Amino acid sequence: MKKSLTWQEYVITRLIKVSGYSAIVFVALIFFFLLREGLPTLGEVSLGDLFSIRWYPIEDYFGILPLLTGSLIVTVGAGLIAVPFGIGTAIYIAEIAPRWARNILKPLVELLGGLPSVVLGFLGILVLSPILRQWLDLPTGLTAFTGSLLLGGIAIPTVVSIAEDALDAVPKAYRDAALALGATHWQTIWRVTLPAARSGVLTAVMLGVGRAIGETMTVMMVTGNAPVMALTPGSLFSPVRTMTATIAAEMGEVANGSVHYHVLFFIGMVLFLISLGVNVAASTVVFRQKKRAERILS
Amino acid sequence: MNKIAIEDLNLQYADGTESLNGINLEVPANAITVLFGPAGGGKSSLLRCINRLNDLAEVKKMTGRILLDGGNILDQKTDVIALRRKVGMVFARPVVLPMSIRQNLTYGLELAGEKHKSRLDEAVERSLKQAALWEEVHDRLDEAAIALSGGQQQRLCLARVLALRPEVILLDEPTSGLDPISTGKVEASLQELKKNYTVILVPHSVQQAARTADHAAFFLQGKLVEYAPGTEIFTNPQDQRTEDYVTGRFG
Repeated sequence: MKKSLTWQEYVITRLIKVSGYSAIVFVALIFFFLLREGLPTLGEVSLGDLFSIRWYPIEDYFGILPLLTGSLIVTVGAGLIAVPFGIGTAIYIAEIAPRWARNILKPLVELLGGLPSVVLGFLGILVLSPILRQWLDLPTGLTAFTGSLLLGGIAIPTVVSIAEDALDAVPKAYRDAALALGATHWQTIWRVTLPAARSGVLTAVMLGVGRAIGETMTVMMVTGNAPVMALTPGSLFSPVRTMTATIAAEMGEVANGSVHYHVLFFIGMVLFLISLGVNVAASTVVFRQKKRAERILS
Repeated sequence: MNKIAIEDLNLQYADGTESLNGINLEVPANAITVLFGPAGGGKSSLLRCINRLNDLAEVKKMTGRILLDGGNILDQKTDVIALRRKVGMVFARPVVLPMSIRQNLTYGLELAGEKHKSRLDEAVERSLKQAALWEEVHDRLDEAAIALSGGQQQRLCLARVLALRPEVILLDEPTSGLDPISTGKVEASLQELKKNYTVILVPHSVQQAARTADHAAFFLQGKLVEYAPGTEIFTNPQDQRTEDYVTGRFG
């Protein structure tokens, strides 16, 4: 009896260990593959050409700057929408809403997070972009702004869900203490609850932005896919093309092993580095605070 | 002179747990009034009624009156924020706000609209001295308050309440997590404070109740069993249940 138990124990621990290690191995393999397919670009296209402003692969113009700026402007726009609305919603659900409203809203928001992005893109093409074209009097409704709106909508559930968890984890005693000092509900939220949940809220923002950078299908459908430089705020209302959409649109038709093929993987590497940067930034902030809290507790 | 008069207070929570039944209690000014008894007796609930912190709980039914200087604070028209500035509260677990020591003390005052730095500094020093903490922290006021020890944090919480110059101080088992030395310091400062304030204390032990009480009220299962001066209730209790509890037969 005892022996068989230790045997089961052994198998289970090993299984858990293997699945844990395999996650690391897979990430390493993906990274390796990306490097193998992307790095030859540096030998085939000069850096000057790569960071030029013209993306026209059929005639061997491989300037990725328009794609970078396209991704940037759409993501920043999405962040500007998702962060205030997301945190605001999280505060409402965690701090203000009565219990019955919270019980409805929280699962509803999380359900929204599971909405397939292609459905949102579909709504964007058929509903949102014609409306924007009419209201803003634009030549086309497929713009960076349309993409930002939809991406914001995609990122909001992520932000809300994680920020709400963080706010909810703030001990009730904090609120009691602030209220007992004569703080109003709003002062308690702004000066006590939100700062106490800071690291969780920041993680929520980072993950939301990460979600927006990596999103492909929606932006491909609604941003118009024109690889032009987006440098002025005005380009928010003209078509752009993001890095993700470029990879998704062109990978299917490119000759395996060609320069174009390598450049697409190079774009993938750049994307990987950006989202790595965002994640590292997020975790250092969280980590630094944890270390400080640990030091203080010890 | 009575600072607070509680008249026929009934309280029932939505989940039917702890409640208060027909409480009548007169709390004199400039004295320590102790509310003691086994857990679940309604002591904390009563404290939370006096500064209306119970507004946040799901209360099913609440009747009766609590008069502070003759005005009913349970009235809908009461300015709850102003009330809480007048009736400060210290909790069982010290809750320092995520700020520096100084900001913890000035936070309440800033909320109340105080902007003059000199007056804020004066309040910081005065309240820390009253809470017997000044000697230990006066040279590191701008460090994070969370770095203080448990006993220091609790005295900081007391100082934070005192900085507001309240009239009444409610303390809910303020020394339950403290070592005997820190407990002694807090109790000593309470004896000092009662000269200027009305103090209502829920102690964490009968011994502390006996040490500190000018007046003591024994609560059992939501009812006020006996209320008498401290010298009487612990030496010559009138009710059998009180006697059983203070002599340690239950609880």
